[in-house]
This record gives sequence, structure tokens and C-alpha cells, in this order.
Amino acid sequence: MSRKVVSGPDAPGRDPNAPLLRVVDIKTHFKTERGTVRAVDGVSFQLDRGRTIGIVGESGSGKSVLSRSVMGLLPGRNVIREGHVVYEGIDIVGFDSHQMRNIWGSEMSMVFQDPMTSLNPVKKIGRQITESLHEHLQMDKQEANDTALALLSSVGIPEPAARLEEYPHQLSGGMRQRVVIAIALACGPKILFADEPTTALDVTVQAQILNLLQQQQHERHMAMILVTHDLGVVAGRSHEIAVMYAGKIVEHAPTNSLFANVRMPYTEALLNSIPRLEYMSHTRLDIIGGRPPDLIRPPRGCSFAPRCRYAQPRCIEEEPPLMEGDQPGHTYRCWYPVGSPENLEAYQRNIVAGRTATGAPVEAPVTIDAGGRF
Amino acid sequence: MAGSGTDHLRAPQDALIRCENLVVEFPVGKSGLKVHAVSDISIDAKPGETLGLVGESGCGKSTTGRALMQLPRPTGGRVLYQGRDLVQLPGAELRQLRPEMQMIFQDPISSLNPRRRVFDIVAEPLRIWKRASGAELTERVNRTLENVGIDPAVADRRPHQFSGGQCQRICIARALVLEPKVIICDEPVSALDVSVQAQILNLLEDMKATYKLTLVFIAHDLAVVKNVSDRVAVMYLGKLCEVAPPDDLYANPAHPYTAALLSSIPVPDPRIRPSEENVLGGEIPSPIAPPSGCRFRTRCPRAQDMCAQVEPKMRQIGLGHYVACHFPLEATGPKPGAAQLAAKRAAVPARPVAPPRPPGTQAF
Repeated sequence: MSRKVVSGPDAPGRDPNAPLLRVVDIKTHFKTERGTVRAVDGVSFQLDRGRTIGIVGESGSGKSVLSRSVMGLLPGRNVIREGHVVYEGIDIVGFDSHQMRNIWGSEMSMVFQDPMTSLNPVKKIGRQITESLHEHLQMDKQEANDTALALLSSVGIPEPAARLEEYPHQLSGGMRQRVVIAIALACGPKILFADEPTTALDVTVQAQILNLLQQQQHERHMAMILVTHDLGVVAGRSHEIAVMYAGKIVEHAPTNSLFANVRMPYTEALLNSIPRLEYMSHTRLDIIGGRPPDLIRPPRGCSFAPRCRYAQPRCIEEEPPLMEGDQPGHTYRCWYPVGSPENLEAYQRNIVAGRTATGAPVEAPVTIDAGGRF
Repeated sequence: MAGSGTDHLRAPQDALIRCENLVVEFPVGKSGLKVHAVSDISIDAKPGETLGLVGESGCGKSTTGRALMQLPRPTGGRVLYQGRDLVQLPGAELRQLRPEMQMIFQDPISSLNPRRRVFDIVAEPLRIWKRASGAELTERVNRTLENVGIDPAVADRRPHQFSGGQCQRICIARALVLEPKVIICDEPVSALDVSVQAQILNLLEDMKATYKLTLVFIAHDLAVVKNVSDRVAVMYLGKLCEVAPPDDLYANPAHPYTAALLSSIPVPDPRIRPSEENVLGGEIPSPIAPPSGCRFRTRCPRAQDMCAQVEPKMRQIGLGHYVACHFPLEATGPKPGAAQLAAKRAAVPARPVAPPRPPGTQAF
């Protein structure tokens, strides 16, 4: 097996001018006793150098499976993975784990949610950082140790020399996550996947870690895929956002455009259900009734229709494709997008009927604001 | 911060539940050292009020909630429930008060017995206290399940057949079935998705009205606490920092810790840039050897020599607004967090408050 299949500048087919990462219609299905779970069902996006894409969704939306699928970190059995993951012009979907070893760590790396379980509890922190330095960069011991020291101080760990000799349990959650980030950054990857990197952390530590990720990304001109369930985390820190629901991207837009001009009813409902500091206390929250669909037998039409207040007969029959909005780069899957006259008509029809086409109850809103939107 | 004092307490006869100078310490092995989990905390809740307890992990908010319930009994201080000191109450008499005080926990799935049917889980308190039997028992359990939005027709299923949000509804039904006066909610929505979180928060508000409850609501998410509370107490390392009505606390945080907490919350609005300078550095010190004086001083941008010497006491700075800090932030003028908060407020229009819905109904 030749080393550096993709990493070397002379790797066959590698094109440094190609987009950094292109994901084309990727599908990831799991075979279970109950049937095939369509966890990721046809997702496409593109990521350029130095950019951040936020992937947002609730539990079970497929956002974590998507990032693992792109990185080739799926279990070997009972998985169907289709589509293309094109990294600098090379399709890496067909790569086996030996070939992927040249990509993991040195080209793409990942920061996981729980820093306790993603570190090895019986190995010293220093060894966990230098492992990939030896493997990918062929550093000798001294060089690797110096690099590890520099990495630990760059991620803001006090007394880095002493920490190299410690074990993960001797550090707090925030410090452990900094170590995980140092390991992920060790070989200078071009893409960093951060899968719920701050969900297990306190809010003040979350702010520290998010600032650290942003600063490192800027310094290293690295691209980042930030996976989270919290729209607040990605709002200020990503260039574009993809909202996932039932294994598909249901809305994808530049960050400002998404928040200023929400088109997908699911995104709107998600935003409205978040309690916000600006609201007076005891403000009634909008809720999304019902539950996400069963991914073994997804509904025929739009997967959000059973929970959508605008649902019409067409939504049950026909699945909406990703449609282009007025804003460049803003796509969504909805026949009656929020803010359109059709949406308003659909909503009024449902209010009069007292229910949506799928039978979910709809209440008339209390007030209509000046924009004409409910 | 991180101070003691009782200036913020209301008259004892007004409070349904009140703790004074509560201390909870845990021994560290046989070393003779102690974890100072809760150090001299005083809080109270009037009947029908929701008291929000907020702080980071390790600040002692859950321990405080459990100490109110005498689980375990605190190391020191008094817990007054309707004027009776629970700490001094013999076990048998305390047990007679248990039906009036209930708890809801963070993880709804692990707090339900997986081998029992939902009906039996909710009926158990009634059976133990012999409050109902036969048809009356069935009727009361079904009515409670309906109130929390669970169809009694599925009550013969077991917890694993329900989603996390539905399990939390079942936990709420179990707490409500004895018609308690006080419910301690310990992080009831932290394990839930945002859309489900909103359902449970609305449900708690409805149940509070239906059953005339007093709630102690413990959470680490300031926005969630603001949404449900009538009064908010901010905790840090076993001490109280600030007590205030929620809207005032969030508009005019006086304690530097409250301001730092508020500015670290990610806002779902890209026009508000995440703040770099107000982010609190460092980490929460060990509760085994907490700092002298004000416990927040090691991370406080305004700390002076005095903060290491003298522990600040709770003092009033506004209507119902109390702070334990020697150098509190001014209510007007430049201060960390205020400008950002003002920008947040300007950026999002106030939403209309919808009228309460009848319990058990879900609307879009």
C-alpha cells in the first residue's frame, strides 16, 4: 500500500483548484430487523476552503450520520452508502479504511460531542496528541513533543508541559474538549468536522470553545462543518446553514438569508419554539406538534407535512424537490414556502377548516403583524 | 458574589417554602476534606410562584433543590414549609408531608421504571397513600394523563414505547397525581429537543395554573428559566449571586457573573455577533477549597483586594432586585452585556402573548 494516496501533492487526480469538498446525493441507510432505516437520504452540498457550514437538526434528523458518512466513519456491516464525496477532485466514497487513513487526521478530522468518551482514558494526553504526528508527519519523538506542547498552548490550556503527562480524567470537561481539538488540529487538516462540540459543556465554557474553534479556523484557513441542534450556536459562526429533517436537507441558505427570510415551515417552527432572552417571562412558546416520521417508512409526500400548519393535499401526495428561492444560494423543500402568497392562502384555508390536510388541528393566531405574516 | 445574607427573603408568613442559611457539605472519602456544595443559601417561594434557580454545573443548584426536599437532609440551616422546619421534623412526620412535595428529574427515561406499565407508574402514589382505588383510581389516573397530553388508551404500554418528551409528560403526571403544592423541577427540559422543550415548558405553565402549583425550576439555560420564572436566583459555587424578577434581571444584570452568563448565550440571530471580550475566562474553582471572600473573584473582571477579604452580603438595589457584590454593575451606563442585550432586544420584535390553552390540547 502506498502512503499518501491523496495527501501528496502528486496524488493522481488530485486537483488543488477543485472545490475542497463536494458531497453529491449521498445516501446512508442502515439495515435493521425492522427494515431499512433511511438515515441520510440524498444530501448534496459543497464546501470551499476556509468556509463554515452549519448543519442543524433535531435528534434523529441524520445530521451526525451525515458527517460520519462523509468522513467514512460508519460501521462496516449492514450499511448502504451511496453517492459521491469528492475531496479536491477525488471521489473518496470507494476508499477502504487503509486509504482513508491517509485522509483521517491529515486532511479531515473530527471533534466529537463527548470529550470524555472520545479520549482514551488509559493513555497520557501527550501520547494521544503525538500519535497522529508520528503516523502522518513522520515526526521523531522530540519534534512531536514540541509540536504537542505548541498545540496545547494554542488551544488555551494552562501549563501545557504538565498536562502532557496527565490523563483525561484529571482535566475538566472544557479542558478535555480543548485537548480533543488539539488532537484534531495536530496534522493541519483542511476540513474540521465538529459534531455537537459544545453540547456537553456549560454555557460559559461553550462560548470559550466556540471562540477557540473560530480563531483556529481563521488562523489555519481551515473549512469547518459545524453540526448542532442549536440554531443559536451556528447563527453567529457559520457562512451558510443547512437545516436537516428526516434525513434530507430541507432548507439551505447563506446564514443571513436564512434568518432574514425563512422559507421552510420547519425552520420557522424551530426558530419560534426557542425561548429567547428578549421575550418577556411567561411568553407562550410556539410548539411543533407531533413527532418526526419513521425513517423506515417515510411518508410519501413532504416528510414535515404531518406536523406543518400549512399542509395542503399536495404536500401529502408529492414530495417537494429542493427549489431555488429569490435570494442566491437559498434552496428549500416546500410547495407553500413561508412568506409567499400561496403560503398565506394555505394557512387561511387551514384556519377556516380548523385543521391541516393531514388532520392536525390549527388555531387562529392571536395577532397579525404589520408584515401581513402570521 | 457569591455571598450570603437574607435581605432578599420575603416575610416568613408569605412564603410557602423557604430555606434559611442552607448548608450542604459532603465528606471527601476519609481525608477529612469536605465538598462545600451549598454554603449559606437562603431562598423562598410564595404560593403560586415559580422560583428559577440558574447556574453552571457544580454551582449547587440541584443540591439546593434536593435539600429542600430533605434528600438528603442538609448539613445546616432551616427549611420552612408552611412555617414548619423540615430539617428538625422526625422522619415519620416528614413522610406525611411528602405527597405535597414532588420532584421531576432531568432524564425522563431513566426516572421511569422500564418494567411497569404507564398506568401503574402514575397510579402508584395513589395506591401507596390509599387515596383512591377501583374505578376512582382509574378515573383519577386517566384524568391526570389526559391533562398532561397522554392518551389514556395507551396507558397499558411501557416507557420504552414512548418518546423522551412523552416520558417527561408521564413523569409530570406521576408528580401531579397526588395534587401536590410544590414541585421541584430539576433540569426538566435539558435532555429534550428544542421543539419538545417548548411543549414541556408550555405544559408546566398550564399545569401550574390548573393545579395551583408552586414550582422550583432548576436549569442551566437562562432563556428557559426566564420563560417560566417569577423570580430568578443566580448561583455560583454554592452561593447566591443575584435574585431578581426575570425581566429586570435580564435587562439590568447587576452581578458581573450574571452579565457574563447572559453574554455567553448563543443567540439565534446572525446580526448579533458572538461577543469575544465578555466571555468568562478560566473555570469554576474546586468546591473542596473555594476561594476566600467572594467566591467569584478569581474569574471576576471587577475584582479588587477587598473581594478576597470580605464576603459580600445580599443587598437591595432595586424593586425586588438583590445582589451580593461589592462592586455591582450600574443599572445604566456602559457595562458588559448591557449593550449586547440592548441590541438583542432591538433586533427582535416582542411577540404577542397568546392566551393559555386548555390543558392537554396541542395546537400548532
